[in-house]
Amino acid sequence: MISLAGRDIQHAWGKFVFTGIGLGLLIGVTLTMAGVYRGMVDDAKVLLDNSGADLWVVQKDTLGPYAESSSIYDDLWRGIRSMPGVARVSNITYLTMQVRQGERDVRAMVTGVTAGEPGLPGWPPQLVAGRQITRGHYEAVADVATGFKLGDQIQIRRNQYHVVGLTRRMVSSSGDPMVFIPLRDAQEAQFLKDNDAIRQQRRRTAENPAFNRPGVPGLLDAVIASQSTNAYVNAVLVQIEPGWDEQMVAESIRRWKRLTVYTRSQMEEILVGKLIATSAKQIGMFLVILAIVSAAIVAFIIYTLTLGKIREIAVLKLIGTRNRTIAALIMQQAVALGGIGFVVGKIAATFWAPVFPKYVLLQPLDSVIGFVAVIVICVLASLIAIRAALKVDPAEAIGG
Amino acid sequence: MNGKGIRIEGLAKRYGKGDTAVDALKVVNMHVAPGEVVGLIGPSGSGKSTLLKCLGAVIEPTAGRMILGDDVIYDDGWEVNDLRALRRDKIGFVFQAPYLIPFLDVTDNVALLPMLAGKPNAEARKQALDLLQGLDVQHRARAMPSQLSGGEQQRVAIARGLVNRPPVILADEPTAPLDSERALGVIRILNEMARKFETAIIVVTHDEKIIPTFKRIYHIRDGVTYEEAGEGQGF
Ligand SMILES: Nc1ncnc2c1ncn2[C@@H]1O[C@H](COP(=O)(O)OP(=O)(O)O)[C@@H](O)[C@H]1O
Ligand SMILES: [Mg+2]
Repeated sequence: MISLAGRDIQHAWGKFVFTGIGLGLLIGVTLTMAGVYRGMVDDAKVLLDNSGADLWVVQKDTLGPYAESSSIYDDLWRGIRSMPGVARVSNITYLTMQVRQGERDVRAMVTGVTAGEPGLPGWPPQLVAGRQITRGHYEAVADVATGFKLGDQIQIRRNQYHVVGLTRRMVSSSGDPMVFIPLRDAQEAQFLKDNDAIRQQRRRTAENPAFNRPGVPGLLDAVIASQSTNAYVNAVLVQIEPGWDEQMVAESIRRWKRLTVYTRSQMEEILVGKLIATSAKQIGMFLVILAIVSAAIVAFIIYTLTLGKIREIAVLKLIGTRNRTIAALIMQQAVALGGIGFVVGKIAATFWAPVFPKYVLLQPLDSVIGFVAVIVICVLASLIAIRAALKVDPAEAIGG
Repeated sequence: MNGKGIRIEGLAKRYGKGDTAVDALKVVNMHVAPGEVVGLIGPSGSGKSTLLKCLGAVIEPTAGRMILGDDVIYDDGWEVNDLRALRRDKIGFVFQAPYLIPFLDVTDNVALLPMLAGKPNAEARKQALDLLQGLDVQHRARAMPSQLSGGEQQRVAIARGLVNRPPVILADEPTAPLDSERALGVIRILNEMARKFETAIIVVTHDEKIIPTFKRIYHIRDGVTYEEAGEGQGF
């Protein structure tokens, strides 16, 4: 027996190829959407991996420092370092903002790391060029995704920084490239106001009788001084001693320091389960709609092709073709269409994924799932056409 | 011998029930010997298509008897279980339009039937090519139906009707779209094939060009058949 479906496809290959390409672009978009989600999850994991931390100590009852804002005193790290099982600690600040370089403006997550001690949690683990920050001020290590180069001068708030090192794939959980600067500078950047605002705050403080008391000399100066320094960081990153149980160390920090502590797996749960949950649902909606649209296209095309063959189907039935053979003809065509579409989609997604501004991670498993889904959708979509074909009366071939 | 040809006795077909019932066939008696080509002529609405559909086992008669080849296929009810296989193995169909499968080439249009009956592709194609040769279209064996002329298409359709060597061929206005020369050509081929394969052939027609060729003609009027000797000597 010959393959009727194969012959029909050969005969009408133009229709199949063009429909297949159209369907393929849709499938490409679908695979890319899945890739965008995988990329977001991967960004989150990379962020956690690169931080080098085992525990995140944050403001009590917050989901900080990535999913919620958290601020704790910048001297708490001393007490945490002396807890049993703690190997290394470091303060860290995160602030997503626009970083200027010449005429350009790049969105980046500016990360403040304790100066002078590479290898501490929070520091970029590897550089692709240049060196780590060695001075306490005005040096920066930027991710290549910012487009900055070694030696560039970049501006964060009012200060200029010198780019001394470059990293790769150091990104925030929303995919923004990271720029590392010394902690002091970062604290100042978080807090820094423009001159007008500072003057105005001074005036308000001075006008407040509670602070400006003639009987207490120096009080006003002390208050103003305290207002213009920032003694907060967003989190303390902790590395624990080998052999210690992270849960136990976390628990003792919680108990004794009255702070909230997250382990690596809890942090991942927060990032993936909470921070990108809405985006994931959004992408899920897209996937559902794309699946429905693809199904509708396949169903429509296969149905139209089948309606165009009603006469031939009646003749085939009259001369003794089994219903099964006719159903197989239609279903094979639908599956072939899906196959062409999948190949086109996979190729398209592979080519355009690197062009996307955010990381698109195309996982082989997603492709396999996608392929199975495409085939299932095509088979289901062909059922309408098969139903129509099976209803054709062989008597129609004889006519009236 | 290819059995007894076609024998129809007292065949009746009623469409619908009650007040709206239509008696499309009332009393149909026909006999076509193996190797014989008879004409079936009647005005529109007289029941020609209904008769072909009954004989072709795509609609069920209401009463009577039908014998194809050696088998009683209907005797106040179907006598065969698999009507699809009956159509495939015992009946060849030739229509007014050739209704070739557009995505199969000429050879495979003809070879499809033996393939459907389970013959290996090579054998089915050989059978088809032999037949195409007999019908003088072997030079178009690799062409697609859309590349053929009307006459060539009709000859391929005849080859398809003949390929399983059925005892019976039912032809529904097979010459309607053809000019007189080609129409006569088709009738000559049907006569040749009838003789060669001992096939009983019924040609439904109202084509004035070919009516004179039949040795025997059945007229059908209001669902009743009348036999008449034709002027023709066949071919
Ligand atoms: N499916 C049907 N249902 C009801 N009546 C039908 C049907 N098919 C044909 N008829 C009627 O049966 C009669 C014979 O029709 P038909 O066999 O098509 O005649 P012919 O082919 O000779 O023109 C006509 O009166 C027609 O209206
Ligand atoms: Mg008719």
